[in-house]
Amino acid sequence: MVRAAQTFFVALLLLIPVSAAQSVEIKEVTSDKGIKALLVEDYTVPLIAMSFSFKGGSVQDAEGLDGTAELLSTMLDEGAAGRDSQQLQEALDDAGLSYSFNAGPDDFSGSVKTIREDSAAGFALLKEMLNSPRFDEEPLGRMKAGLSNRQRQQETNPRSLAGDGVRELVYGDHPYGRPRSGTLETIEAITADDLRVLHSRILARDNIIIGVVGAISVDELKAMLDDVFGGLPAEAQLNDVPEIAVETGEDSHVELDVPQTVVSFVLPGLKRDDPDFFTAYLVNHIFGGGSFDSRLYEEVREKRGLAYGVGTSLSTRDHSGIVGGGTATRYDRAQTTIEVIEAELKRMAQEGPTEKELEKARAYIKGSYAINNLDTSGKIASVLVAIQDSDLGLDYIDQRAGYIEAVTLEDAKRVARELYSADPTIVTVGRPLQPATD
Amino acid sequence: MKRLLLALPFGLMAFAAPALQPALAQTGQLAETIAAGPQVTTFTLDNGMEVVIIPDNRAPVVTHMVWYKAGAADERPGKSGIAHYLEHLMFKGTETVPGGVFSERIAALGGSENAFTSNDYTGYFQRVPPGALEEMMRLEADRMENLVLEQEKILAERDVVDEERNQRTENNPGSLLREAMDAALYQNHPYGVPIIGWQHEMRGLTKDDAIYFYDRWYTPNNAILIVAGNVEPAEVKRLAEETYGKVERRAEPGKRARPDEPRPRAARLVELSDPRVRQPLFQRVYLAPGLSMVEGREGEALEVLSEILGGGPTSRIYKSLVLSGKATSAGAYYRGGSMDETEFGFYASPRDDTSLDELETLIEAEIATVLADGVTQEEIDRAIKRLKRSAIFAQDSQTTLARIYGATLASGGTIQDVQEWPDRISAVTPQDVRAAADRVLKIERSVSGRLLQKPAAEEG
Repeated sequence: MVRAAQTFFVALLLLIPVSAAQSVEIKEVTSDKGIKALLVEDYTVPLIAMSFSFKGGSVQDAEGLDGTAELLSTMLDEGAAGRDSQQLQEALDDAGLSYSFNAGPDDFSGSVKTIREDSAAGFALLKEMLNSPRFDEEPLGRMKAGLSNRQRQQETNPRSLAGDGVRELVYGDHPYGRPRSGTLETIEAITADDLRVLHSRILARDNIIIGVVGAISVDELKAMLDDVFGGLPAEAQLNDVPEIAVETGEDSHVELDVPQTVVSFVLPGLKRDDPDFFTAYLVNHIFGGGSFDSRLYEEVREKRGLAYGVGTSLSTRDHSGIVGGGTATRYDRAQTTIEVIEAELKRMAQEGPTEKELEKARAYIKGSYAINNLDTSGKIASVLVAIQDSDLGLDYIDQRAGYIEAVTLEDAKRVARELYSADPTIVTVGRPLQPATD
Repeated sequence: MKRLLLALPFGLMAFAAPALQPALAQTGQLAETIAAGPQVTTFTLDNGMEVVIIPDNRAPVVTHMVWYKAGAADERPGKSGIAHYLEHLMFKGTETVPGGVFSERIAALGGSENAFTSNDYTGYFQRVPPGALEEMMRLEADRMENLVLEQEKILAERDVVDEERNQRTENNPGSLLREAMDAALYQNHPYGVPIIGWQHEMRGLTKDDAIYFYDRWYTPNNAILIVAGNVEPAEVKRLAEETYGKVERRAEPGKRARPDEPRPRAARLVELSDPRVRQPLFQRVYLAPGLSMVEGREGEALEVLSEILGGGPTSRIYKSLVLSGKATSAGAYYRGGSMDETEFGFYASPRDDTSLDELETLIEAEIATVLADGVTQEEIDRAIKRLKRSAIFAQDSQTTLARIYGATLASGGTIQDVQEWPDRISAVTPQDVRAAADRVLKIERSVSGRLLQKPAAEEG
């Protein structure tokens, strides 16, 4: 099945800056009905890719109905307008539409890809799925069973358990603290009416962001936007979500009889609109970011062979920011690994990065943007959504390198101190921790 | 000979970071693209290294890959995991380029890199700005012949690989069952040995084992260079001659000779009960020919059959097991891309109180229907259309195209095999599908696997 999973990468798109992206010419398009989209027109390959995002994801789930947004993302292609589930699946198959829907914490998003010559049929079906989903009883039971199945599997999955533990400790009673995919009880409780309510609250014209790439002209796009999205309600009805200032320092251990212990940790972070965002992004890259020469990678994996993977990332949500990290290591070395990580946190907080490290990070983060984000039309469409979501400006792709260059060593040391001085929340899942050894 | 592209993902990767996750389950479906897509340039260097260049001028990026025709199935008995361990050790530096320097250069450019090991091949790749291609080629050519291993670093990396096994397999009962099923399905062929290695053997691997594998297989006449992206073929050719072209032949690996499977005589059942299992699973795999092994259209027929039986929500298996309310997920697949005998498989996870027996019966009923009545022309037409269409989507990714060529050539196929695939798949008839099903879906060729929850009371 074609349903989407790539939640993590959506957040990362924003974080990785740009260099040689001059080839991307972005047009701002507004349809007759006032629906806006960013477009990169390109006819090299006969494809059209579109990404879209509605503000309001799982934080909009009603109390006691956790998992509603997630379930909604699986139900749009299970019957719409005059077609039941099988009829819709067959029509989608005939139209050759590649599509996915995804419920994140703050957004409900989707992406589609279609061959140009099939695009009329594909967009007509997308319109049905977004505007007139049926939520019939049979597919609803089937999708709920699938979601419950996944929940049960995760009951003994150390990574999921660590994720649950961190979420509860860090976000507590805030909507972010609730299980995005629901629990066995809440999934059971969700009805077709609950889906209808959430659908009508979230999918509206005033909270949608759209990015389109490929073989489509401005006029064709305008017509398509009006057709696919023009019939949605004018205004979304979103509950206010409070800001949350994350506090850390509380640890927990979940007992599970597995040979390898999963370690997750969290520190308070910052939001995307924070003036220090790029500084924090660079500092995190040096500490535990994506590349294979971060301090954590060096100390945990290369020098000591404690783990296959180790890293940290900035998670920037609409109402909070955190630095999240994790690794997995043999149960009798988990405590050793934690102590290595804590020593590195302390060293980064006290000394900050060196000028050489900062220079390397700047070079990587400038160069990697085009390589990671601009090589397929689907990825470019996601970038167009991210630019609008965070209000980065149409010239963002060209300006990005300048933001990176502007970060000084002094800034980096200050932000390193602010970010890494806090006492982390650490969640371990596995056998009882053993005393550290050298 | 005919050969198709792989349904296999990369296999194990050197780094946990998801630098490049295969986006499509069936690279086999993508060959159509290639025939219709960019003009591919191909030639062989004097030292025997094959080169494939795939132009894509849309973004300032080039994908540079070197594939070695050697994988886990080419290991010596008792040395399981050495192909993958060596793949990790290839990052430890050479006589002139110390460990970490290659990776630092890539990072300085904003590039990404990784490496992967499968049963049939091992590969290394970087994605960088086109201006850096020459440097990548120079560094990759250098580590083809000048690897230096230091004992101390090798031991830490062995622990890393051990943790990789813990993460993928030991922590996951489903993976443990899958490993046991492979060992049962392949009674003689090394595909029955896990790519990452058996734990007791991989923990004893040494520097000498790694160097032995390196010296035997890592040689230009056993390697393929793939360059995809914003490049001029003539310029790439010049660079390839100046870099890889200077590497001496280090060995004559010859034909890869692996022991054949005997004719299967007995259906096998593998069960794993573990207290960690929360959701049981039924699986059934049949020993099946790889695409490259058979004359005629048998491999392509199996691809079409797997699409009809298990390709998504309109497939026979989905309707019979999932739409009926008996399973939460179910499907069928064919791994045609392997060099040697491979598998055709089914799986289903029960919904509510459905038993695994019941799921097995339903899957067997679908198999019986195919064997008795075959498939319809309409089903075949839909399957072919779907296979072809998803191919066009693949044109969007230079890295996907690079993978298709690399995997095909590294498993013994040719450029022509890739490019002629659409014609072959389009020619599949109902008779082809029925004949292939008749030959493959015999119970004595099969292994059934059951993943079961061990009641807490039985926990030791």
